[in-house]
Amino acid sequence: MKVHVRYFASLREALGASETIELAVGATVGTLRDTLLALGGRHAEVLARGRAVRTALNQQMCDEQAALADGAEVAFFPPVTGG
Amino acid sequence: MSGPRVVIQTEDFDLGAEVARLREGDGGVGAIATFTGTVRDRHGGLPGEVSAMELEHYPVMTERSIEAMIDDALKRFDIRGVRVIHRVGPLLPRDQIVLVAVTSAHRGQAFQACEFLMDYLKTQAPFWKKETTPEGARWVDARVADDAALARWGIQASNTSA
Repeated sequence: MKVHVRYFASLREALGASETIELAVGATVGTLRDTLLALGGRHAEVLARGRAVRTALNQQMCDEQAALADGAEVAFFPPVTGG
Repeated sequence: MSGPRVVIQTEDFDLGAEVARLREGDGGVGAIATFTGTVRDRHGGLPGEVSAMELEHYPVMTERSIEAMIDDALKRFDIRGVRVIHRVGPLLPRDQIVLVAVTSAHRGQAFQACEFLMDYLKTQAPFWKKETTPEGARWVDARVADDAALARWGIQASNTSA
């Protein structure tokens, strides 16, 4: 299945605004992050576990256990700083 | 109450006009609490060190997350109307960034709901600030204190956790 990945703020500057990633059925946000980390380079750097990265599934904050369906939109971004 | 509850815009806003619109037609309003956030010209340092700010957001998620916060506030507090305006795009020091306005019958609930909404927005709404300083542009770091502020309302925030 395919998921649409979006990045914001410092992650967007490092990785671009969006990309499409092919995943096996049953994937979660956590396995998506693993797949992106395995790309190496800047992905491995800015999405490294231990860094403060927040995730949203279909425009709602989520954790890495969130299950993905084909066509899902997953966003990765740094801690928010609005207000 | 008239007009949308949440507005994301590049333009400035007029506090007086927004309050007038929010209380319009509601004779039960006895209290109006508002919060306005503005751009500082410094980041804990020298006056004038911040020359500009850029505000990025995640369209659709931004509006949805603030709508959900307002739904939560309406359950927790005895309030009558809410309006939240958040600006995005390029801003300058002293510009207005955010407005939260709440109406209620009595002041206590309006004060509390206004503070609750700001605490929520600080850690849950997808906005990011980038400041321009003499050393270049830098993304503003999230504050652990903002997570603690939301925890007061019994909500676990993990905005700053790894």
